[in-house]
Amino acid sequence: MEKTAERTAEKPTLRTLPGDDVRQIMWRFADRFDLQMVAQSVRAVARGPVAQLVANGARNTHEWTPEKNTLLEAFDQAGITAAFMEPEEGGYIAGPKNLLLALIAFELAWVDAGAATSSLAGNLGLSPIHECGTPEQKATYMPRCIPAQPGEDRKTMRAAFALTEPIPFVGVDTGVLAGKVRVSEWKEGEEPILHVEKRGRFITGMDFASIVTAAVDSDDERIKGSCLVILEEDDEGTWDRGAATMKMVHQLSSTRDPVFNLKVPASRIVGGYTVKDGKIIPNLSHSEVIESVFRRTRVTVGLMTAAKLLSAVEPVIRYQRQRFRGGAADNPESPRYQLGIQMKEDALHRLVDVWVAGEAAASLGFAAARLFDEFDPMEKLKDQVLRERGIEGRRAILKTMKKAEKLAVEYVQLAAKPESERDAARYEELKADVLVQYLVLESAANVYCPACKLWNTGHGADMMRQAVSLMGGYGITEDCPGFLFHKWMDAQLEATYEGPEAVQRRQLSVTMLSPLFLEQFRIWTREMRAISNLRPLTGACALATAMELWMWSVQHLQEAKDADGNKLYNSARHGVTFPLADALSWLLASRSLVLDALELEARGPENPNLAEGIEGLVNFYRDMCHTHIGETVGVVGKICTELVVGYNRHPEWKREDCTTCYCQQEVDNLESIIPGLAASVVGADVIGDDDSHPVKAGPCASFRGMERFARIRQRMDGCLTGCRIAKDRAAQALTEVMIPEALDYPQ
Amino acid sequence: MTGGFQIVVCGGIVPNPLQTLEPITGPSGPALKNEAMLPAVLDPWAWHALFEAANLAKQNPGSKVWLVALAPKAKLQQVVMTIAQKVPFELIAIDGPASGFAESADVAEELAAAIEAIPGLDKSKLLVFGGWESASRGAGTTMQMVGEKLGIVDQFQGVDELKAAPDGSFEVLERIEGGRHQVSTCAGAPALLGWATGNLPEPPNNPQVGMANMRGVMPALQKAKPAKAGANGATYASVALPQQRRATRIVKDTPVEEIAREIAAWIKG
Repeated sequence: MEKTAERTAEKPTLRTLPGDDVRQIMWRFADRFDLQMVAQSVRAVARGPVAQLVANGARNTHEWTPEKNTLLEAFDQAGITAAFMEPEEGGYIAGPKNLLLALIAFELAWVDAGAATSSLAGNLGLSPIHECGTPEQKATYMPRCIPAQPGEDRKTMRAAFALTEPIPFVGVDTGVLAGKVRVSEWKEGEEPILHVEKRGRFITGMDFASIVTAAVDSDDERIKGSCLVILEEDDEGTWDRGAATMKMVHQLSSTRDPVFNLKVPASRIVGGYTVKDGKIIPNLSHSEVIESVFRRTRVTVGLMTAAKLLSAVEPVIRYQRQRFRGGAADNPESPRYQLGIQMKEDALHRLVDVWVAGEAAASLGFAAARLFDEFDPMEKLKDQVLRERGIEGRRAILKTMKKAEKLAVEYVQLAAKPESERDAARYEELKADVLVQYLVLESAANVYCPACKLWNTGHGADMMRQAVSLMGGYGITEDCPGFLFHKWMDAQLEATYEGPEAVQRRQLSVTMLSPLFLEQFRIWTREMRAISNLRPLTGACALATAMELWMWSVQHLQEAKDADGNKLYNSARHGVTFPLADALSWLLASRSLVLDALELEARGPENPNLAEGIEGLVNFYRDMCHTHIGETVGVVGKICTELVVGYNRHPEWKREDCTTCYCQQEVDNLESIIPGLAASVVGADVIGDDDSHPVKAGPCASFRGMERFARIRQRMDGCLTGCRIAKDRAAQALTEVMIPEALDYPQ
Repeated sequence: MTGGFQIVVCGGIVPNPLQTLEPITGPSGPALKNEAMLPAVLDPWAWHALFEAANLAKQNPGSKVWLVALAPKAKLQQVVMTIAQKVPFELIAIDGPASGFAESADVAEELAAAIEAIPGLDKSKLLVFGGWESASRGAGTTMQMVGEKLGIVDQFQGVDELKAAPDGSFEVLERIEGGRHQVSTCAGAPALLGWATGNLPEPPNNPQVGMANMRGVMPALQKAKPAKAGANGATYASVALPQQRRATRIVKDTPVEEIAREIAAWIKG
């Protein structure tokens, strides 16, 4: 690393691992002491009882043991359980809680993602009630899920969410339900009694849940469609918690395959129901409820993987530095003693890759969480506006929203203009329009949520393997500090549950085409160009060009056809739509990281704790941005190029394929007009009169119509200038950064 | 006790003990490398004193607890995020160095002045708590000087337990040589107690308490007065960390007697 050292000598770099002050600025909760407090509280649980359980081998069984059960009390005491609730329900933080829950998941997953899942699953069980329940349902269940206060004699109610069913429907299609609901009894003038039959699979929290929100479909002509129903353990009938799922990951969360056969009043239908022509019509179908629930909870899952990647940095650095200490020939003054494996560039570069993946994943995840914090109140306002205007029914709402979408595009365009250049009155008018604001946020949230879940967990799982491999053989032992092996395995579940990667790609392939999103994406691209003007060393220029390439490709592929004349962009053509979704996720991850690094640069100097190290921090994060963008550009370029040119048939040495080739006769004829031409086409695609051709790799393909694409691609490759120097500097910083003497949780 | 005690806990912050501490010479004298950027915790001895104060206040209705802390206020804010969830208190922040290199006389001066300035303080009910030493330096002199400056003559150091009687008097257990305790009875406040570890466990978190505390903490941090405490006039000939010697062996299922024998043999050399 000597050459790198020379290059970095002039610039201050990272002094200590980024602490709370840095994170609070980057993830925008420096002004939220309530969130800071919760983060500290959860950290104490994660690095205390959770870490102790893992260190003691509690993960060696999939059964829910009494030792694991102590976590519930730890969660209650730390305020983790009550954090989800509103103050009037017994909670202690008012307002949207997406960022709050994201921080809780992040802190717990820093040590063990199963513990994070355990805490979040209770929220997931309650989410249908929280998001869509009637006022009565909220008043009944939410306060009972608050841990009992001193002096209260009651059992804390705990919730589970039952959607997934045994094979054949397990995890494949949330639209198909084997769970059924029928009318069991309906006396004149009284509440109907429903008979619910549901078999669950992989249901988290089932060892201790006392209520379950279960998705069921009607099996009775007196009930219309599907719904979610609240089941209680004391309901009449069978409440069988079922067999424990024999999972090999996330063993600090309880998972079972329960069986329910219960009678419940119809008032348990989540969101209520109306009776029309003798039929029970649930106000919300099961898919409407789960759409509302999942689009929030998936973000927190993405952040679990991010936390694990970042948590791997410190133990890996310590391992690398100490690797050769203790040998007989060791001299404490020698580089071998002080740097250990960090003398090798590859080890450093790979650790930079792990770290930057964690940074980008965290930036993307927290950006998504903040977006939902803005979105939640706007969604409620939107519902209120629609009610006030008397707009009811899916079709009427869709029609209204379609009209508002054009206004939203106009608003986004106006907002992007400098104040002096835009129509101020029109801008203010659209800014005050709730439906416009709702649509702007929704279009972004509908992309950010699946992108975060997809990229963080999918790429995160790959990078966790890298982190484990950086520990050598130690990485796969029980002694490995930081529980890296568990974290790697757990990442695979995070990529799967709450909608596997294919589901996220599918959702993205639809939502990323929204004109409103694409308009915002164009503006974000220009924004990156503006950033690169001021901060060229962030690599924002390359990112902007990659965004441009993606945009060109998306537009091209929507119109283009393959060699057989089939449309390229359609919902069934996953080979086209899914990679584009992947590429978009990479772009959003890089963009989020750049924006967070800029925030640190802007607000870091205001924090006295960072004053002496802020310049180094800013330089380091710039290098991390540039490094990550280098990788993003590579991935996006590969995907877009493959898709744009890859569906054209490569020509063979056949006359029908060689429409762009010269014929020997043509060359001979032209030679008389342009002397010397024959000599200049030697080695080019010239077909002889006897169909002979030059000896070369094959006839060259034509790029007609793709000149713009080629220009952007060429520019993008050029924009990578400096990204490897940035990586060298980031790697060098890893050899100098001060780390604690020991990990702050057991191993 | 009628009307309760007014308990003022003095507590500074120290670098998280897991951090690498490297003494350097800074522009204003000795310092720790990257100290501002390292995570900090409330001084463990003051931490115990705070638990004891909260427990005493809980048992004596009408009592109130203040935490007077001299530290860089931005750093203090991060630390308070953790401790605020444990027990109810009112923070009085003094913005100054938390370094172990600050002179204890200067620190005592600032702490005593801040205590004197507490509105409505009734010295006849005043108990001043703090650590009998500090994790950042361990000179064990600051609390005594705070007491002197406040005119408190009943002072106890190395305290492990305080039992208050209904008449306001209390019994104190102080550590003395040989692992034993000296039992004293004090007629009542005012008194100063430099706590050792006490014997209370860390209180469980209570987010409601945290939210209530933080409503007062943020304004207190904003109006923290700058302190003059430092190392002015002091000259440090050399600064070094205590030498560590670690010889860890992991041996399972060893009988207690054998462990004891081995330790005794090691001590004897």
